[in-house]
Formats: sequence, structure tokens, C-alpha cells
Amino acid sequence: MDNIKDNQGDVWEVFVQSKPGLPHKHAGSLHATDKEMALQNARDLYTRRNEGTCIWVVPSNAIVSSLPEDSDSFFDPSDDKIYRHPTHYVMPEGAKHI
Amino acid sequence: MDEQQKLEAFQAKIDAEIKIEPKDWMPEEYRKHLQRQISQHAHSEVVGMQPEGNWVLRAPTLRAKVVLLAKIQDEAGHGQYLYAAGETLGKSRDEFIEELQTEKAKYSSIFNYPTLTWADMGAVGWLVDGAAIVNQVSLQRTSYGPYARAMVRICKEESFHQRQGYEIIAHMAKGTPEQKAMAQDALNRLWWPSLMMFGPHDADSPNLGNGVKWKIKRETNDELRQKFIDKTVHQAEVIGLTIPDPDLKWNEETGHYDYGQIDWDEFWNVVKGNGPCNKQRLEHHKRAHNNGKWVREAALAYAQKQKEKQMVA
Ligand SMILES: [Fe+2]
Ligand SMILES: [Fe+2]
Repeated sequence: MDNIKDNQGDVWEVFVQSKPGLPHKHAGSLHATDKEMALQNARDLYTRRNEGTCIWVVPSNAIVSSLPEDSDSFFDPSDDKIYRHPTHYVMPEGAKHI
Repeated sequence: MDEQQKLEAFQAKIDAEIKIEPKDWMPEEYRKHLQRQISQHAHSEVVGMQPEGNWVLRAPTLRAKVVLLAKIQDEAGHGQYLYAAGETLGKSRDEFIEELQTEKAKYSSIFNYPTLTWADMGAVGWLVDGAAIVNQVSLQRTSYGPYARAMVRICKEESFHQRQGYEIIAHMAKGTPEQKAMAQDALNRLWWPSLMMFGPHDADSPNLGNGVKWKIKRETNDELRQKFIDKTVHQAEVIGLTIPDPDLKWNEETGHYDYGQIDWDEFWNVVKGNGPCNKQRLEHHKRAHNNGKWVREAALAYAQKQKEKQMVA
């Protein structure tokens, strides 16, 4: 949250990769005044028990989010395209491994 | 959509177990209820470090000391997770801290009791963290997404807290007669305040209605308290300590323990600020906060300089 009174530094979002090969997953947020501090705070706050092999920190205000109130129309284009799913297709009787 | 329709759509989501997220529409009362509850929870984690911090320098062994330090550090982390969840509702960290320091916001009364002996470190982990766990396990299913996620993270860390406390008190209970007496004394002093952690009886809880309807609270104060009692009685028996309640007895019919009267006068007295350590806890918090002021200022000044350098380059 942007707040003039707040002297705790900016809010950063933290993403942690728990093992090589897995995607980075949102873990939570924290306050920091610069990127090094954000990374160190993220390590101390979200990986005290070997929860991660890699951390991303991103300033919260750099994240662009779709809006919940628009989500119906925003996601509407994919609603009627059942042919994008494998279950849409009829396989010949007895066909295997497909 | 008008207000009434929004309210109905909101309740329908809650009823369908769909989590509410920060950018979703929510009734002002829901927001306020959460801000109050989450910040009170965050303040409790932070102030809760003080009674345990009291014993870091006097821990009996190096192992005991590193364990206690790790536990206290976790509690600081819990405070951070919770403030962060609270901030998604539109109040800043500074506002939350100011509300604590000006006594507009509360923290759990249990932390206004002193920790007099090393056995108290056992009783705190076993009973206070134990009670907190019962509450927090239930809150993992709370309706507000960021709060629920913070609870999942916290619950993963809490079981170590309770186990280390139980280990301490079990160890003392099988020590010398003096050590066992110390363990019993810690249980005697902290048992009733631990039961009070769940708050007033359901019949006397004005906030319960909305909290339950909006699924902020998934179980009532009395339900949670009963769960805690039911699982703790046996743990006391195992280590040969006696729960200080002559009315405590198994009720075959209900399948729960019956327990004696809680002294609510004591509870309200501590809530109102007259517990043994209220003043000390708040003063210490202010002192620590003010002592850290130059660090925050220096960090901000450094960040500002870095930004300016970048602009020039
Ligand atoms: Fe905690
Ligand atoms: Fe804890």
C-alpha cells in the first residue's frame, strides 16, 4: 500500500522456487527499502527451513493484475472453446495410448 | 449492481467456500472485522516475543538457547506474515503499529503475564502455543485468502513450538522434587490464562455473529477451548502433572471434559490494561520501535541515494 506516513519501506512480493525444476510460487510479501534488503528479508522470512533454492522479489506496485470485477468478460473468450480440451475428441473403439 | 446485490453476491461466495481476495468487493464491516482481528493477531505474535526473550540469556544449556532463539524468530516471522495480510486490506504497517502503541488495538492477554522460571518456557510452548495452534488450525479455513494463507504457513511452523515447550516441561517434571514443583507451579499459573486465550463464552461474544456468518471464524470460542482442553488433559497426565481445576472431569455423555468456572473478572481486568505486565510490554515495544528509528531512516536515505545515482547514470 502506498502511504506517505509509512516509513517501513516499500512492499515487495516474494516468489520462492522450492526445488530446481519447479516454478516460482508466491510466498507472501514484506517491506524493504531496496532490492538487496528485499532479498535478504525474503530469505530470513520465507526460507528459514530450506523451503527454497531460488527467490524472486518484485516491488508490489510493479505487478499488473486483472481486476476481479472484470474477470467474467476478461476470461470469456475461453469459455466456449471446448475443442481446446483433449476430451472433446472421439477416439475409435479400442485405440490405446492416445 | 447496487449495494444489496453486492452483499448477496458476497454472501453467496462465502457460502460456496470461495475465498475473498484483496481486490474483491467486500462489505465495510467485513474489512473492519478483519483489520481488527488480523492486527490483533499480529500484535500478539510480536508482543509474545517478550516473555520468552526474558529467558534467552538465562537458558540452561546452549541447545535450549538456540531452540528458544529459533522459536522467537519464528514468532517475529508470524507477526510479519500477519501484518502483510492485514496491509492488503488498506491500512499501512505504521498505522497498525500506532494503534498498538496508543492502545487502540489489543493483543492477546496471555502475554501480560510474567515468565518467572525456566519451567514457564515449557508451559508457554506447551499451553500458549498449544492454544494458539488450535485457533490457528481452524483459521486456515478462514474466508479471507491472505489471512488463510498466512495461517497455513504459521501452522507448519507451530508444531515445533509446542513440542519444544512440552519437552522442557516434561524434562522438569521428571527431575528433582524442586524441579517438578517448578513445572507444576508453571502449569498452575498459566492454565487458566491459556483457557482465556479463546475469549469470552459464546453467549457473551458480541462479534461472533458476523464472524461466523462471514466464515472469518470457523469455530466458536467455546468449541475451540473445548478442543484444547480435551487434548491437553492427557498430555498433563503423561508427564505426571495435575491440571489446577478440581471440577475437571470426563463426561461420558458429551465425550468431552467438563471444566470449572473461568475467572472472567481477571480476564477483563487484564484486557483493560491492569495485568501484571501490560505496562512493561507496551513500554518495551515503544522503546524497541524508537531505538530502530535511525535504522529505518538510514535505510530510506540509502535507498534514496541509490535511486538518485541511477538517475544520473
Ligand atoms: Fe506464532
Ligand atoms: Fe508459536
